[in-house]
Amino acid sequence: MSVDHDASAALLEQVNHALNSSTALRIQGGNSKAFLGRNVAGEVLDTRAHRGIVSYDPTELVITVRAGTPLVELEAALDEAGQMLTCEAPHFAEGATVGGMLAAGLSGPRRPWSGAVRDLVLGTRLITGFGKQLRFGGEVMKNVAGYDLSRLLAGSFGCLGVITEVSLKVLPKPRQTISLRLQMDAACALQKLAEWGQQPIPISAASHDGQALHLRLEGGEGSVAAARERLGGELLDSAYWGELNEQRLPFFAAAAPLWRLSVPSHCGVLALPGEQLIDWGGAQRWLKSDADAALIRQVATEVGGHATCFSAGHCDSPLQPLAAPLLRYHRQLKAQLDPQGIFNPGRMYAEI
Amino acid sequence: MSILYDERVDGPLPTVDKLALLAELRAQLPDLDVLHDQEDLKPYECDGLSAYRTTPMLVVLPERVEQVQALLKLCHQRGVPVVARGAGTGLSGGALPLEQGILLVLARFNKILEVNPAGRFARVQPGVRNLAISQAAAPHELYYAPDPSSQIACSIGGNVAENAGGVHCLKYGLTVHNLLKVEVLTVEGERMTLGSDALDAPGFDLLALFTGSEGMLGIITEVTVKLLPKPQVARVLLASFDSVEKAGRAVGDIIAAGIIPGGLEMMDNLAIRAVEDFIQAGYPVEAEAILLCELDGVEADVQDDCERVRAVLQQAGATEVRLARDEAERVKFWAGRKNAFPAVGRISPDYYCMDGTIPRRELPGVLRGISELSAECGLRVANVFHAGDGNMHPLILFDANQPGELERAEALGGKILELCVKVGGSITGEHGVGREKINQMCAQFNSDELTLFHAVKAAFDPSGLLNPGKNIPTLHRCAEFGAMHVHHGQLPFPDLERF
Repeated sequence: MSVDHDASAALLEQVNHALNSSTALRIQGGNSKAFLGRNVAGEVLDTRAHRGIVSYDPTELVITVRAGTPLVELEAALDEAGQMLTCEAPHFAEGATVGGMLAAGLSGPRRPWSGAVRDLVLGTRLITGFGKQLRFGGEVMKNVAGYDLSRLLAGSFGCLGVITEVSLKVLPKPRQTISLRLQMDAACALQKLAEWGQQPIPISAASHDGQALHLRLEGGEGSVAAARERLGGELLDSAYWGELNEQRLPFFAAAAPLWRLSVPSHCGVLALPGEQLIDWGGAQRWLKSDADAALIRQVATEVGGHATCFSAGHCDSPLQPLAAPLLRYHRQLKAQLDPQGIFNPGRMYAEI
Repeated sequence: MSILYDERVDGPLPTVDKLALLAELRAQLPDLDVLHDQEDLKPYECDGLSAYRTTPMLVVLPERVEQVQALLKLCHQRGVPVVARGAGTGLSGGALPLEQGILLVLARFNKILEVNPAGRFARVQPGVRNLAISQAAAPHELYYAPDPSSQIACSIGGNVAENAGGVHCLKYGLTVHNLLKVEVLTVEGERMTLGSDALDAPGFDLLALFTGSEGMLGIITEVTVKLLPKPQVARVLLASFDSVEKAGRAVGDIIAAGIIPGGLEMMDNLAIRAVEDFIQAGYPVEAEAILLCELDGVEADVQDDCERVRAVLQQAGATEVRLARDEAERVKFWAGRKNAFPAVGRISPDYYCMDGTIPRRELPGVLRGISELSAECGLRVANVFHAGDGNMHPLILFDANQPGELERAEALGGKILELCVKVGGSITGEHGVGREKINQMCAQFNSDELTLFHAVKAAFDPSGLLNPGKNIPTLHRCAEFGAMHVHHGQLPFPDLERF
């Protein structure tokens, strides 16, 4: 059931109390992505009481939601109006919240074609390290007044402040969706994807599970039918994409640590020990491997990408370490926006 | 209250000895082109916002990143302000020089370094023109989507610095949505990569933060943009309406029908007449408003969508709906829209282009407000509107040779932007704040928000040497701006926090 409650005053009070007593805060929503990043020692700040859809007018293509709102509730409201969040953010657990989605910045299979969570962000409200709730961006598609702090917050893991509200761009659902399975090996699939990527084919998801290429086609009836005709293969149950996104495919059940490699889609098959699963048309590779973090990162870096460890506690820096100048500016930005270092200290990197 | 740099409210600038700096530049960078004569500096005294001019102390025209790096190191040591400039087409004065600063012109960085069809990206130097990227990608049937109206001349570095838009943003996004990676130099001349060759990068999304930061956080030296496959077909519908309200509602109806047009533009009667007089685009001069709706994609879908949109437009009360018969007519319909600014330039000695955004539902009320303000000021306003994404470009007609008209146009412009803020919009959708909208920033943001912006700046440029005075007003300026408004009567928005 949907609950509409503005708890921002209580959240602000907790932040101010933490500022006064120099207490670190561990910001949490549904705790569905707690396994990501490093451990944070701190007093829990639970956003879930601050929930509800603040405004939604489907013809404006914008929805404004409080951070503690369950993601399922947001998705249900959009679904009812025939719209969707194109980024298909993974939930990973039932209670996943909108704030957690934004803070983790993870996107689903549609990412290469429709953008990441950050690409949908139009505005945010943020409780800052100065104990104020401020508003950045807004509910309009185009807005270049001031620095783009709202998009900066996407994927910042709560290290720059407490996100209390977000306005997101939404889009109509496609009129037609079908999924296909094409038998071919990974190298051939990557080559085909690079070729098809240069043509106006309505692909909205592409994954290779080790055996076959899985494709999703989305668009108008005509374009989807034409692409289906051209690409061949057999029909695939579209539930595959949800299973992939929520990491429920058998691949993810293996015991070895899970790594996410973000690489250029056309870099070819990566030679690494362990099992791989390709998503994002080749731009995201899931790896189940006992290999050393250093080796995995070296392979990812050599092709222009990076690697994140998705298994909690497996390595000290789950996020790939930053180059020296970048790390220095990360520290300076953190010091400026959270001078007392109370927001999720160490969640992304030990130094911030 | 003047928008030119005023040390009293914008903060003191370092005192720089021009001759000593020139001598040092020549000694350290003997092959760097430096302009210092008054007559050589003249062409650089303004950007696309030509009503405001300041002669820079020196202009430098480097050709290699190492030169920019050495220059920044020197300026950092000596405390010399640096203003970056691309093609100089910006409309908000973002590249307006400082009398006590160096103007760093990046126009000579004009090489396309790589077009990679398999990876669907292009890696270019910052001085490469926006349109040149799409031209270089054309043999591969790919293109770069953001298309600001100055795309024939504007440079990609400037596009990144301003987060430039265009007429296709609703469907294809702004500059920020079409970037993979930028190479920057910090104020200290240190190289840093933001974003990556993959779709994301570890750490904070500094690529998003730098996009639209108006040269205040670093200097862009290389840009990697995404390329998209060219849509198979594009068709455009021209719909006429006997009221702007009906046209505005029709826009919402198209979206409610689940259709996202590639472009959706609206023009009012004054703009229609000016365009028709200028290039005979075939627009109906009797209409109070027209909508141009472009649908692009795969043939079969576009045909379906054209029929759907036609039905929606007729239902919404369009007096006429015309589908461009062929590519030539489609180009003609668009030529009208793309020439709207120069067309208005023909019916008035001068015009002042605004750039506010509003939630689309507020359009009728805002247009009424603009027409009331226009009558009050005695200056005509033509309206051109990226209707799909709520970005308005009211064009204020005036004559700078008539004493006081520029000031009245500025005042009217300021009031229009404040109206946009009042209905939940923004003072700038794609042109940037620069110096032009520095005062209106005080209406959109309160002192705590501005303070946080200054904190961001301090993280990257603590000494404030990169493009001083642009984008974010000082609290001092806002205090004076607020006080001035009080003198003229009551505060425009008493509910907004003041200081």
